Amino acid sequence: MKFRPLLIAAALTAAAPAFAEEVTVYSARIEALIKPLFDAFTKETGVQVRFVTGQEGPLMERLKAEGANTPADMLLTVDAGNLWQAEQQGLLKPVKSAVLDANVPAHLRDPGGYWYGMSIRARTIFYNTKKVKPSDLSSYEDLASPKWKNRLCLRTAKKVYNQSLVGTMIVRLGEQKTESIVRGWVNNLAADPFSDDESMLKAIGAGLCDVGIANTYYYGRVMQRDPKLPIGIFWANQQSSGTHVNISGVGVTRYAKNEKGALRLMEWLSSEKAQNLYADQNMEFPVNPKVKPDARVAAWGDFKHDYVNVAKAGELQATAVKLMDRAGYR
Amino acid sequence: MDLPIETASRSLPLAAKVKRRWLDERLLAWLISLITLLPLAVVVASLLKPQGEVWSHLGEFVLPQLLANTFWLVLGVGVGSLLLGVSLAWLTAVYDFPWRKHLAWALALPLAMPGYVLAFVQIGLYDYAGPLQGLLREYMEDTRWMPSIRSRWGVILTLTLALYPYVYLLARNAFLTQGRRALEVAASLGLSRRQGFWRVALPMARPWIIGGLTLALMECLADFGTVATFNYDTFTTAIYKAWFALFNLNAASQLASLLVFAVLVLVLLEQKVRGDRRYTSAGRAGAARPERLPGWRGWAAVAYCLLVLGIAFLVPMVQLLRWAASVAAEQLDLRYFGFVGRSLLLAAGSAVGVVVLALVLAYAVRRRHDLSSRLAARLATLGYAVPGTVLAVGIFLPISWLENGLINSIKALGLGQPTQILQGTLVVMLLAFAARFLAVAYEPTQAAMERITQSQEEAAASMGLGRRAVLRRIHLPLLRGGLLTAALMVFVDVMKEMPITLMTRPFGWDTLSVRVFEMTSEGQWEIAALPSVAIVLAGLIPVILLARETEKQS
Repeated sequence: MKFRPLLIAAALTAAAPAFAEEVTVYSARIEALIKPLFDAFTKETGVQVRFVTGQEGPLMERLKAEGANTPADMLLTVDAGNLWQAEQQGLLKPVKSAVLDANVPAHLRDPGGYWYGMSIRARTIFYNTKKVKPSDLSSYEDLASPKWKNRLCLRTAKKVYNQSLVGTMIVRLGEQKTESIVRGWVNNLAADPFSDDESMLKAIGAGLCDVGIANTYYYGRVMQRDPKLPIGIFWANQQSSGTHVNISGVGVTRYAKNEKGALRLMEWLSSEKAQNLYADQNMEFPVNPKVKPDARVAAWGDFKHDYVNVAKAGELQATAVKLMDRAGYR
Repeated sequence: MDLPIETASRSLPLAAKVKRRWLDERLLAWLISLITLLPLAVVVASLLKPQGEVWSHLGEFVLPQLLANTFWLVLGVGVGSLLLGVSLAWLTAVYDFPWRKHLAWALALPLAMPGYVLAFVQIGLYDYAGPLQGLLREYMEDTRWMPSIRSRWGVILTLTLALYPYVYLLARNAFLTQGRRALEVAASLGLSRRQGFWRVALPMARPWIIGGLTLALMECLADFGTVATFNYDTFTTAIYKAWFALFNLNAASQLASLLVFAVLVLVLLEQKVRGDRRYTSAGRAGAARPERLPGWRGWAAVAYCLLVLGIAFLVPMVQLLRWAASVAAEQLDLRYFGFVGRSLLLAAGSAVGVVVLALVLAYAVRRRHDLSSRLAARLATLGYAVPGTVLAVGIFLPISWLENGLINSIKALGLGQPTQILQGTLVVMLLAFAARFLAVAYEPTQAAMERITQSQEEAAASMGLGRRAVLRRIHLPLLRGGLLTAALMVFVDVMKEMPITLMTRPFGWDTLSVRVFEMTSEGQWEIAALPSVAIVLAGLIPVILLARETEKQS
């Protein structure tokens, strides 16, 4: 008798998908950024999207623990490092799609089709406009030079954005060279590393430090709130490798119950009509080259990307973390 | 004069009378402790798979600094919350001064403020780019000479302000229940109130104070959000680094296991030192009549209370309210009824459930008073010393095994094609909260148990009352204050809890703390202020209720 409610519950869960097609998403991107998209998708296609948000690490553990019985069809997360890990741990399934191949440039997706970037976030140099001329700036590497002694601010090395940046530097420059640059950064610090990009940018604005590295959308937010702050944006490494870019992206889960629906949602997200909705919410750049960024974002100017495949950053993440530990970058 | 009385034997005559049943207290205690032991076992099992490479890296470059940082943090927060908690509790319990009654409950309010929120507010207010230093710079060249809040003393201060209420609430409970006679006898022997404090009240309050301190330090050791906001690296930093940066959950679990063992050893040592002393109330129940603090001394007491309350709660609250007001127009919508409702429901449900479990546990320890039950109780309360996210995985794994087993057998029997059974329910969440917060309910409950005298139980038993009747008619009324404190603390902690809520909530079960996570994960602290304020306001309800109850009692 005790099992009756259980069975009823089981029967109900089993019956639910029969009513309407549904895609279930585990998302490390927050609700405010994804819900408007899913609502638009449902309106257009009639396919319901059910989602739960959380931190990347626990979401992946959850997928792993649920195994073949997971309700999730799609994983949405930020940073290629996390997507690369999800693929390595066997949580994703490769998909082939001409639409995705056309909409997502090659350096912003997994070569094997396990995951696809959906928006671009650029990590570049910011400076105090009262104290620094743009002509003084050139590259991430240059921030290690002694002329920036006591003038540099950084976010903590514990954030994956910095780990990915250093990862791509290892690809370009090798471990030894990169380590000496990171040591140079640490020597130049004007204050302890900050726990988030926004506080770091505000410290530049207040004059505690003259230069720093941050993601562009944080800059957008800070300036939107206080447009008078003397902070300028500088596209790093334009004479050399290009500015470091990363993605937020999606992949179909290995045990997806509705793989077709998930693929359809992915294709839709990369389409011209969805890309602005996806990227503009957070002042990021669309991945789809046919789509123009938001006016606020476009105002920062065009820049050359670092075309190293973002998957590389994931591969080298652990190496980068250890390198930064050795260099004393906290 | 050492009031805690040493006794040779505590075996209750009552126990002998009752026939042994298969479900005796000891077994019950072990069953309850399973809720925590299963997830802990998952965490500790990681020790079976050595992760040499990660360890040698952490050992060489990371751990030495972290261990030193952790040591100073624990020491600072321990001393700080003892000083604040005990002094405030003593002041509001035995002295009378203006606004005492209101200050007494208001001083518990910082409990409702999540540590990581307080951290962000403090940094936002006092750091170089903040309004205070900005104002100073209008009058002087630079403020770089000022000590940075983002430093060791800043973290210690912030965590102390966030955690002292545990010590405060429990110590106050002790001072209010130690019995009228204790201090009166001390006074008749020529001790002043201050001497009475050191020689009578403090030794008699030991289980409470240690209980509060244990909670504060466990939370301090398991904390990640607050220290991360300060970028102050502690032992938990290494745990999260191993997991999130080096993608080695196994090494992370190993580090967490060490943390748990360290806490277990400390707790058992303390019990050993405490030995068989007893802490029953002296004379009739209730507190000694508060002594009026005349003139400036009364106002000094008010100033002290207000200072702590101001830094820990009022100023941060004003800042939060300002932020919340600035985003309320676009953020506050009808969905907030849902967030608040679900938070309250979960918090209230867990508070009741966890307190009942803690009561059974404390009762079992009292009745059996053997090593086995005590160990069961101590193990059951270790969930609080594990970083939340690690425990969340520990909880999720056994549930998933069970879930997958159920689903697969239902499929094999041809009864349907379910995808979720347990995981779609609140049962999982409530069990997980029990594993996390048993300590929070257990400490005040077992401390309150100490006040009940053996003769009270014996008298009840001699009148022919059974075990359950004794528990209901003797223990429950006498434990009232302790149980209410326990329920309040669990309630507020569940409202603030993040990692377990995130991982185990059913679809659509977003709560206030999920809202806070959503905003803070993107660094949008201004927007996060809105759900944070809601958490604090909802936490106010039980704090005020508790305050009224304790006043009634005394």
